[in-house]
Amino acid sequence: MTTETRQPTAPLDSGFRRNDVAAPLDSRVRGNDVASARNDDMSGGNDVASARNDVASSGNGESPVAGDAILSVRGLETQFFTDEGVVRAVDGVDFDVLPGTTMGIVGESGCGKSITAKSILQIVEAPGRITNGEINYNPSGDAGSATDLLSLGANSDAMRSIRGGEISMIFQEPMTSFSGLHTFGNQIDETLRLHTNLSKQERFDLGVDWLARVGIPNPTQRMHEYPFRFSGGQLQRAMIAMAMCTNPRVLIADEPTTALDVTTQAQILDLLQRMQEENDMAILFITHDLGVISEIADDVTVMYLGKVVETGPVFSFFDEPKHPYSKALLTSIPSMFTSSRERLPSISGSIPHPQNRPMGCAFHPRCQSFMAGTCDVGEPELQSVNEEQEVSCFLYEGQ
Amino acid sequence: MVAGSQAGPSSDVQERVDPDEGDAKVEVMSQRQLIWHRFKRHRLAMAATVIVAIFYLIVIFSDFLATNDPEDIEAARQYTPPQWLRVFDGFKPDLHVCRLVGSRDEFLRKVYVKDCDQKVDVQIFARGYEYKLFGLTLDRHLLGVNDPEVTAEEAIFILGTDVQGRDLYSRLMRGTRLSLLIGLTGIFISIIVGTSLGAVSGFYGGFIDNLIQRSIEIIRSIPTIPLYLGLAAAFPADWSVERRFFAITIVVSLFAWTELARVVRGRYLAMRQEDFVTAAIVAGANQRRIIFRHMLPSFYSHIIAASTLSLALMVISETTLSFLGLGLLPPAISYGTMLFTAQNVQTVALAPWLLIPGIFVVVLVLALNFMGDGIRDAADPYGS
Amino acid sequence: MLAFFIRRVIYAVIAMWAVSVIAFVIINLPAGDFVTTYIATQLATGNLVLEDEAESLRDFYGLNDPVYVQYSKWITRILQGNLGFSFEFNAPVRTVLEMNLTNTLLLGAFTVVFIWVVAIPIGIYSAVKQYSPGDYIATFFGFLGLGVPDFLIGLVMLWLILDTTGFLATGLYSHEFRNAPWSFGKAWDLAKHMILPVAILGTAGTAALIRVMRANLLDELKKPYVTTARAKGLTEWQLIMKYPVRYALNPVISMTAYILPFIISGSVILSFVLDLPTIGRDFLRALTAQDIYLSGAVILFSGWLTIIGTFVSDLLLAWVDPRIRLEED
Repeated sequence: MTTETRQPTAPLDSGFRRNDVAAPLDSRVRGNDVASARNDDMSGGNDVASARNDVASSGNGESPVAGDAILSVRGLETQFFTDEGVVRAVDGVDFDVLPGTTMGIVGESGCGKSITAKSILQIVEAPGRITNGEINYNPSGDAGSATDLLSLGANSDAMRSIRGGEISMIFQEPMTSFSGLHTFGNQIDETLRLHTNLSKQERFDLGVDWLARVGIPNPTQRMHEYPFRFSGGQLQRAMIAMAMCTNPRVLIADEPTTALDVTTQAQILDLLQRMQEENDMAILFITHDLGVISEIADDVTVMYLGKVVETGPVFSFFDEPKHPYSKALLTSIPSMFTSSRERLPSISGSIPHPQNRPMGCAFHPRCQSFMAGTCDVGEPELQSVNEEQEVSCFLYEGQ
Repeated sequence: MVAGSQAGPSSDVQERVDPDEGDAKVEVMSQRQLIWHRFKRHRLAMAATVIVAIFYLIVIFSDFLATNDPEDIEAARQYTPPQWLRVFDGFKPDLHVCRLVGSRDEFLRKVYVKDCDQKVDVQIFARGYEYKLFGLTLDRHLLGVNDPEVTAEEAIFILGTDVQGRDLYSRLMRGTRLSLLIGLTGIFISIIVGTSLGAVSGFYGGFIDNLIQRSIEIIRSIPTIPLYLGLAAAFPADWSVERRFFAITIVVSLFAWTELARVVRGRYLAMRQEDFVTAAIVAGANQRRIIFRHMLPSFYSHIIAASTLSLALMVISETTLSFLGLGLLPPAISYGTMLFTAQNVQTVALAPWLLIPGIFVVVLVLALNFMGDGIRDAADPYGS
Repeated sequence: MLAFFIRRVIYAVIAMWAVSVIAFVIINLPAGDFVTTYIATQLATGNLVLEDEAESLRDFYGLNDPVYVQYSKWITRILQGNLGFSFEFNAPVRTVLEMNLTNTLLLGAFTVVFIWVVAIPIGIYSAVKQYSPGDYIATFFGFLGLGVPDFLIGLVMLWLILDTTGFLATGLYSHEFRNAPWSFGKAWDLAKHMILPVAILGTAGTAALIRVMRANLLDELKKPYVTTARAKGLTEWQLIMKYPVRYALNPVISMTAYILPFIISGSVILSFVLDLPTIGRDFLRALTAQDIYLSGAVILFSGWLTIIGTFVSDLLLAWVDPRIRLEED
């Protein structure tokens, strides 16, 4: 049983992968037909669904839904309705994650990257709410067979079977992301119980198996232990095991290495890459650390104050960053060639409070290439500057 | 919120922008203003504060507010029901009460019938019994029949009378004074004991801290009422009212100081880590100056909050002790001694208005709780 | 765990010793020793106590010894089960207390159960549906429960029941069961009589616990492990009940130890108002009669009971919280 799940998943050709691949496991997966659930929910006609249609009708033709993307986010808006006013944490974000690749989302803290990740799974906490956009999930890879997750309803059975099953998430602080009052075995068992029909013993064996695969010694014994007996690095491995045990198609990693020391960081990144290769899984990797991005990502999306300012392949990004903010970010990290007495440039000013959003381009008060009368008046749109890169900046307007 | 972003509770004024610097928006707010600003947003706490303030006004002006001498016994008027104040006669403004006509029923019990055709006029600033206020001898009262020698037939009993025909309303005014005074004196004792032990505990730490903290834990694990009762019962019954008052005050503050000591210690420990204290130490200020000049001011609001909450507990303690006949004893007038007359449920069934002092206790205690909670929330201007 | 256990035991023993000293002080507070009181009571009933008889009594109780010797003799006698003699009941204190001890323990235990059963669900609801009308109602009643003294609730309830039904809801047993041996009928009768005192005694504790449960759950709901659980695909209620509620229960258990003294305190007063046959009622009777040994014993045992209750709740906390249970020694 467990050996079968261990096999790298074959590329997908039709329908839901779970129905075609790894049959012994999948025959017991709760048969929630995502597509039908989607139709059920559509009739409910919630705000998001209708708002989504507005976007579709008024949307520009420049960024068509990529047929081959497994996850395609379009016009995502998540707002926080606080007593002090509405905070537009995610303000119209677009990006695509291709199957089996890693998309890195970079930005300073508070730019909305974590909220974007939570929005994909629809686990944004109150007072936050997704107000607009679509999140097209297309596990089959067939054009036109994508499901808009936002139309499923956050608490629907269909969404819950995807959440933690087909799309898993790992978090920034492994020490606090586990319940300290339950054994690790209990917590991984829960994931398996929700997303498979395995027996208790099979679930336990699978848990042991996964702990071993992420490189935790004495896995059987560890299953009975409480998280406070694990080190930080072990906990992050354990969390990866817990996220991977359902063979997700997409793994969302929200700063998984930030709280770890550098050596452990490298090990975790290696582990994630190995998992990706073995399981043909797409990763959405969120971080503020450009070094980490350069190691793990295939593509990069840069966010600033809830908006995407640049997106493109990782090599183009490091070789030829287009947006002034990307350039500033790259010059502010030390490199092998920085001389020892040289002062590192830093980005002037600080991130404005989301409620005091500057007029026009949000980055203009800190921008080196600020053009008075342009940048502080209108908002730039995300547009292609070459075959690979898209930038939202007036410097490239009309190219 | 126009608060500065950095916490600096030691300095009375924080400035984020130099006021001299041209037209920049100046945001200056003292620690006290900040707390007040937050407190004002807490509407329930504000309402509670107004109620507490009214109770304090009653403490000061109880005789002025009373209509009858609270100690006057009117044998002919026992257990009269409340004669509610009426402000209108038809549509004509006319302050009066209905006359009560007493008669005996078939069981020879005294019953009173309200006769609204016979009005008893009530006047504002009426003359009544003499009392002392701020060293002056006065005879004016907020409400009354304007006759110091009024007979029982003509007197008004707004909230009815007790078994001895004493005016409940006037006794309540006087009782508020004593009940709150017990609490306030108790708080005074608790603050002195609690803050000094708390400060010592927090500042020196180590063995002393351990000793004080364990003692507090032990004291708090003892059920208070049996202990209070045991102590109160040990006081000789022939003690004077004043002596008993002070003894009971000490009894009710035996436990209250622990909460204050805990709060002060907690704040001290938190504060010790603050940058401005480190700064003061680095600047060479001596310990005493650090405690009194830099740390204590930021405690005030926390001490006030804890005191307010303790005051509520003390009022309950006094009421309970006296209700059981082991706290203050008649002729002292307090909420507890008034409720003492309502011990028997048959009496309550006969004269339910005897429980009105209970309503006062509940309102006062709730108001103190809301107010204390509000202050406590506001005391952390930078918290949450 | 062993270190934790030993620490708690030592702490409980010290606390019990402290309570015994306090009880001893109270016993010795009134002017004159108890033999004087005894002579006075005997005189009142017409018996003359001779001076040498008084002297031998003083010798027997060690009243001529230094205070610390008196204390050690007294505490030794207590530990041997000799609690002294009650003049008011004209029986050994032990006999008097044994009569009503079961009632007292039952009342306390039922009250704790009542508080948990009522406060925990309401606290959960209040936190999960924060700022909903239900939350406001719960908060309001929570404050009311904290603000109203037990005896006042008891008195008002008693009066309302008397006024509407003409029934005097006092005591713990109907007349026919008062001296009957235990039977199903008697237990049922007791249960019915317990409802009112338990509900009254539980109001303040319930109010306090609702606030603790609500505040803690609100804190826990923001913790990262909740997000992790949510990302697994659990439904909101499943995850709340399994994780944050479990966390929020720990402070509730510690809080129970904290409210235990209040329950004991409250039961003394309520026994008086509702005429309940508990040691609280005996206590008040002893106090008014200056029956020193009986009241001293009640102070001592109510304190000890509380300390034992606190100790049990500490063990319970260690049992439910692996962080304490598995603590390295």
